[in-house]
Amino acid sequence: MLIYSIIILGSLGLLYGLGLAFASKKFHVHVDPKIEQINEALPSANCSACAFPGCSAYAEAIVVKGVDINLCAPGGDDAIQQIAGIMGLEATSANKKVAVIHCQSGGKDNTFYRYDYQGIQSCKAAIALSDGPNLCKYGCVYQYDCVRSCKFDAMSVDDNGMIHVDKEKCTGCGACVVACPRDLIELVSDKKRVHILCTSHDKGAESRKSCGNKTACIACTLCVKKCPKDAIYMDNNLAIIDYDKCVNCGICADVCPTSAIFDPLKEVRAQRKAAAAKKKAEAAKKLEAQKE
Amino acid sequence: MNYFTQIFALAIAAIFVQNFVLMKFLGLCPYIGVSKKLDSALGMGMAVIFVMTMASVFTWLIQTYLLIPFRLEYLQTIAFILTIASLVQLVEMIIQKTAPALYKSLGVFLPLITTNCAVLGVAILNVQSEYNFIGAILNGLFAGVGFTLVLVMMAGVRERLDKAEVPPAMKGMPIAMIIAGGMALAFLGFAGLKF
Repeated sequence: MLIYSIIILGSLGLLYGLGLAFASKKFHVHVDPKIEQINEALPSANCSACAFPGCSAYAEAIVVKGVDINLCAPGGDDAIQQIAGIMGLEATSANKKVAVIHCQSGGKDNTFYRYDYQGIQSCKAAIALSDGPNLCKYGCVYQYDCVRSCKFDAMSVDDNGMIHVDKEKCTGCGACVVACPRDLIELVSDKKRVHILCTSHDKGAESRKSCGNKTACIACTLCVKKCPKDAIYMDNNLAIIDYDKCVNCGICADVCPTSAIFDPLKEVRAQRKAAAAKKKAEAAKKLEAQKE
Repeated sequence: MNYFTQIFALAIAAIFVQNFVLMKFLGLCPYIGVSKKLDSALGMGMAVIFVMTMASVFTWLIQTYLLIPFRLEYLQTIAFILTIASLVQLVEMIIQKTAPALYKSLGVFLPLITTNCAVLGVAILNVQSEYNFIGAILNGLFAGVGFTLVLVMMAGVRERLDKAEVPPAMKGMPIAMIIAGGMALAFLGFAGLKF
């Protein structure tokens, strides 16, 4: 009895093993080992920022179709260097892009509403209800489709409902850009600092009235005139920065009468200017005192 | 009873009355794990139907022509698991070679099925119910259909659930468990259905 069981089970196992070994030879599919290596170098976030269905599909496309190796935004320079090593190509650096969110008008409390939205938590649903609860039909409705779409935990919401992007965590995959039904999110190189946050194409007076933050672009075209690099142009009552030309000088932010242009260094610059003016005035006073 | 009524009765019994997930509580892991999205649930379901049918064929042959003649019924479990695992592996290879598109859509799920207790369950139940060869194959097929049915239903419910306002403490797994329980209660209504 014991012998039977050993023989039967052993021969079953042997049979299956041989069968599988034979099948693996017969049905062998040649896979380029490079694909596997590249797949490992990629972040396997499957975010589709590269326009392929997932990381493995992109890895295959690189090897089989010779697609560019710098399309992976989340992987950044590390991934590109590694892929370049595997493929024997020269690494071409990808510009790191991060998400910039427009039109948040300083948070929930700072926004003008036409009605109180109490529906399901979805930006698309809020906007479907007679163009959204906001007075300005370009503004953020604070239902956070973008935050939920972020796979890298790079977006956070503060007490007043403002969404903040963690530039370190943001990989520029663009999931939030797709998620925002109002197209308020833009991917901009992380080296660019100056942003026009207003997206309203309404006429100046109208957009100013509807903006809770009073930071609407009123289409005065001052920034267009003052920009030393011709990097700002007007599009249907709205100033838009051409990031290819922008050099972060911040002159536009200084001249903008409604502060629609955001520059984190604007205040620093203003303080420095004030301090310099103060010093000058003091020096002049001293000089006068000495003369007397 | 003619032939078709027999098949019909078998189908009703395997899909509804003796549903693997909700009545026998087999294969609960994929039922909860792969029911978040409708399309992946459908992919998993198709793979399970295929593997269950194939497993029924081979385990029945092994039981009838190998284990019973040698009086080795006590080796049933290990022999069946060995068979199912090898079978899944073989099927995976063949699909990868002959139908890459199908392999890509099933790919993740095929190896998972090896450890799905519902497949072993159907093989053992075939033996216990003393089905003949055709009966065993059909039972495997319809058990897979029943599994797919509840998996797809669950996925449909859970997709809607994502948009619903669930109390924070109930979000995710707890509400999924409650829904699974509700579904099992509903399927209890089929109990005793006979032709």
